[in-house]
Amino acid sequence: MTSLLMPTRRALLMGAGAGLLATALPAVVGAQAAPIKIGFQLHRTGIGASYGRWYERTAQAALKLINDGGGIAGRPVEILFEDDATDPKRGAEVVDKLTQSDGCDLVMGTLFSHVVMGSAPRAGELKVPYLVCSEGYHVASGALNRWTLQPGITDVRAQISTMAPWVSANLGKKVTMVFPDYAFGHDHRDFFTKAMAEQGGEVIAQIAIPPTETSFTRYFPQIPAETEVLYHVMVGPAVLTFVKELGEFYGTGAKPALFGFVDSLEAVDTATSGLEFLEGSHFWEAHPRVKPADAGEHEAAYRAAVGVDDMGASVSDPADISTYSHMFSTWETLYFIKQAMEAAGYTGPADRQKLVEAMEAITDLPYGLERPQGAKLFNGKTHQVFGAQYISKVEAGKLVKVHSTTIDEGLYPDAVDYTAMSF
Amino acid sequence: MKTWAAHLAVLALLLAAGFLLSPYHMTNLARILVLATFAMGYNLAFGYTGLLSLGHALFFAAGMYAAGLPIWHAGLAALPALGLGLAGGAFAALAVGVLALRTAGVSFMIVTLMFAQAGYLTLLYFNATTGGDEGFALPATGRRLFGADLSTDVPRFLAAWAIFAVTFLATLALVRSRFGRVMVALRENEDRARMLGINPFTTKLGVLTLSGAASGLAGAAYAILFGYAGASFATIQYSILPMLYVLLGGAGTVAGPLLGAILMFMLIEAATEVTSAWMFLVGAALVILVLFAPKGILGALRTRLRGLP
Amino acid sequence: MAFGPFLLLALMEGLVTAAVLALAASGLALVFGVMRVVNVAHGEFFMLGAVIAWFVASLIPGPAWMAFAAALVVAPLAVAALAALADALVLKRLNYDPEATIVATIGLLYMLQQAALTVYGPDARPVAAPFDLRLQLPWFGYSGYKLFVIAAAAVVLAGIWALMTHTRAGLVMRATQVDRDVARAFGIDVDRVYMGTFALGAGLAALAGVLIVPITQAHYLMGGDPLLLSFIVVIIGGLGSLRGTLVAALVIGLSDGVISMFFSPTLAKILATLLVALVLVFRPQGLFGTRT
Repeated sequence: MTSLLMPTRRALLMGAGAGLLATALPAVVGAQAAPIKIGFQLHRTGIGASYGRWYERTAQAALKLINDGGGIAGRPVEILFEDDATDPKRGAEVVDKLTQSDGCDLVMGTLFSHVVMGSAPRAGELKVPYLVCSEGYHVASGALNRWTLQPGITDVRAQISTMAPWVSANLGKKVTMVFPDYAFGHDHRDFFTKAMAEQGGEVIAQIAIPPTETSFTRYFPQIPAETEVLYHVMVGPAVLTFVKELGEFYGTGAKPALFGFVDSLEAVDTATSGLEFLEGSHFWEAHPRVKPADAGEHEAAYRAAVGVDDMGASVSDPADISTYSHMFSTWETLYFIKQAMEAAGYTGPADRQKLVEAMEAITDLPYGLERPQGAKLFNGKTHQVFGAQYISKVEAGKLVKVHSTTIDEGLYPDAVDYTAMSF
Repeated sequence: MKTWAAHLAVLALLLAAGFLLSPYHMTNLARILVLATFAMGYNLAFGYTGLLSLGHALFFAAGMYAAGLPIWHAGLAALPALGLGLAGGAFAALAVGVLALRTAGVSFMIVTLMFAQAGYLTLLYFNATTGGDEGFALPATGRRLFGADLSTDVPRFLAAWAIFAVTFLATLALVRSRFGRVMVALRENEDRARMLGINPFTTKLGVLTLSGAASGLAGAAYAILFGYAGASFATIQYSILPMLYVLLGGAGTVAGPLLGAILMFMLIEAATEVTSAWMFLVGAALVILVLFAPKGILGALRTRLRGLP
Repeated sequence: MAFGPFLLLALMEGLVTAAVLALAASGLALVFGVMRVVNVAHGEFFMLGAVIAWFVASLIPGPAWMAFAAALVVAPLAVAALAALADALVLKRLNYDPEATIVATIGLLYMLQQAALTVYGPDARPVAAPFDLRLQLPWFGYSGYKLFVIAAAAVVLAGIWALMTHTRAGLVMRATQVDRDVARAFGIDVDRVYMGTFALGAGLAALAGVLIVPITQAHYLMGGDPLLLSFIVVIIGGLGSLRGTLVAALVIGLSDGVISMFFSPTLAKILATLLVALVLVFRPQGLFGTRT
């Protein structure tokens, strides 16, 4: 409880940046340049807290780099973190507070899709850009509004669609899916089933687990015996129980090939005892947790800045595993903001509409330190970004990258044109 | 007469406060007023009649979805949707009451809790229709009332205030009526009330239905005013919240739920400013508050000032 | 899977669920039965037991059973001490008023959750079982430790039964349960009984947390579900009846297991919940309670 009374809401990492700025760009800005304030809706408490902690760390790291490099349009940047308790009602209140009470220029950072859904209407009313890091299909589906964008992470529909060809070619055609009975799981259910059918495969059973469940063994007999591939994706504190019980259930007997989304193991060490049976199974990853041999040139710098080692764990504590396949989105979103603000000539809240238009005009986002996960393509009409995805295999308790998809594989027809909507 | 004047003064004060506060706090006050409406509904059952329910999230959610789903799927307008919300909450409470009121005390608490849990899971199970846990944003067409756009600050606040004011005055009229005295008689001594010719079952069922109606109205208003409906509003947390508001403000007082809702909002607002470990501060504040005012703020005042209804 | 083995698995899982329920509910049965207060923070004592087990396991090197044995002693004692403190500082001063106690224990819940989040962190972390045994049946494999939990639940319940019926402390608690004013008139220090009962109930919750954590994980929000389920078990069983608690745990656990065979998981949960609620509707005093 040492940090109990330490104010941590405001991350004032602008000292170094401002100092550097004053010497490097004296003509561009005076010392009086007011900081750009970015509101960050953070899952600090509630079920999203594991993710929230790493979202905060990654955003802080990107913030420091941006400020060290002269800030945005010469202005220093400041992030105000506000806890939304991973709750949609509180989420809307936090958007309100960050925008109206704290005077933030925009709001970003939300992961859980029900919080996005609960908060986006308020962002639309306040006419404040709301940049989510959620991977939900809610943005591109057209359910939200002109002010809500997802520029930092590929949505789950695209992620899933790119997995089906590889799964059907390498693991099997008859798939049973196990997923949580909420929106995130339903996206998997709908889009993987469709994508698998297009590959000539078939989803033969769909087992939706209620989110209140903490034990799973009783549902495993519902997995048909002819299943060739067991597709699993779970989130929340019970994920490890799920994977362990699956191992106990199949044990040394015959088992289907396992394909999972790494969401089942985010913040969890794959070498944990009880997870041995995952050996040889495959996982989707957005960003390989264990640094691949052929990693891009900026991978090392990104890991060093966030404080993550080559195994995807905190450099200060090897048992502290990151949420590596999601947290890059906060980093990339911050650089997206920088790019759009500088393109729009953003000077303050009066330019918010101009800022969204500048964001919608962005298309190609090349690989670089700004985008450590990889190059991306932004679709201004659907407000959604698309990037490459990865498949890794568990070898000796480590996730080893075995396959990469291309951006094109994940593209699908637009379901909405937000640019045609009014502000 | 003095009581009515005092309560009308409270309403006038709230209305004035809305316009004196910043736009940020005007919207917060709108949120508080809708949640206080929910808590006033809870107070009818718990504070006045002694029905300790842990299932009111079901009634709140019933109103939220009875209003929200027709708006979302069929483009219904806000005013009939509010009516549907009220009816939805009342009907859910009536249905639960018919079964649950066979029990009393802690058994009633558990039965209502389990019905609400089943209701929450039902929202998830029919996710294709309800939007499941993710919920849905309400389209703009369903957020207009008498020509005013409820997604803007002033109309939203006025609508919240009006809904609160109607419930507030109706509660006051109810608890000062003969029926109100019957409710309190049931809470204090059910056997004696029975001897006086009161039918405890039908009376409690009536109270629970009214309580559900207010909760449903609040749920519908929350969806329409703030533009979102989701299954998280049907979780146990939303059964505990109105109970907390009522107990903090003072159970069995008309203004107690409002006071509790304001207090709880301010506690969280202040605690999150001070520390990221805000839940610890809120928890400690609750413990300290209850030590000083075990019967709630108004309960503590009432022991000194007689005549507070 | 064929019906026979499926049923076998459902029954085994149902028994484990029943054992988990009985363990989690045993402490609450005492507190609720004797003191008649709703302790909303009871689930957090369960959570603290699991979290302390994780800390003990990470501090004590050597085989898993040693750390487990240490946690079985340390966690209940530490949590009982904390509960005694809460009783002395808060509940006693409220004179165990039922309504004020609800608010106070909601406050306690917030404080304990935040403390766990701040000190222990947001991640779910595994605690190794004291022994590593997996049963391989012809149709499926099964965790040996889960079967151990069933035995442990039986031992704990037998222990409480012996305490309540064969010791002076149990006699005093039962006397206080029946009528605290009369108990006081007979020279029983009711305040001490309450403090002892509250501490014992919290210690039992922590003990349940230690026993159950190897089949789930330690997580700072894990107290919510056991709290609700414990209340349900205690009330369905009939207040103050240990036998009722056991039978209710079996009824709920087994029906949950068997119903899950026939329906999709969420629908099965809905039906099981309604079924159990209806038990109470048609038997309001609980299975083994006496009508008041």
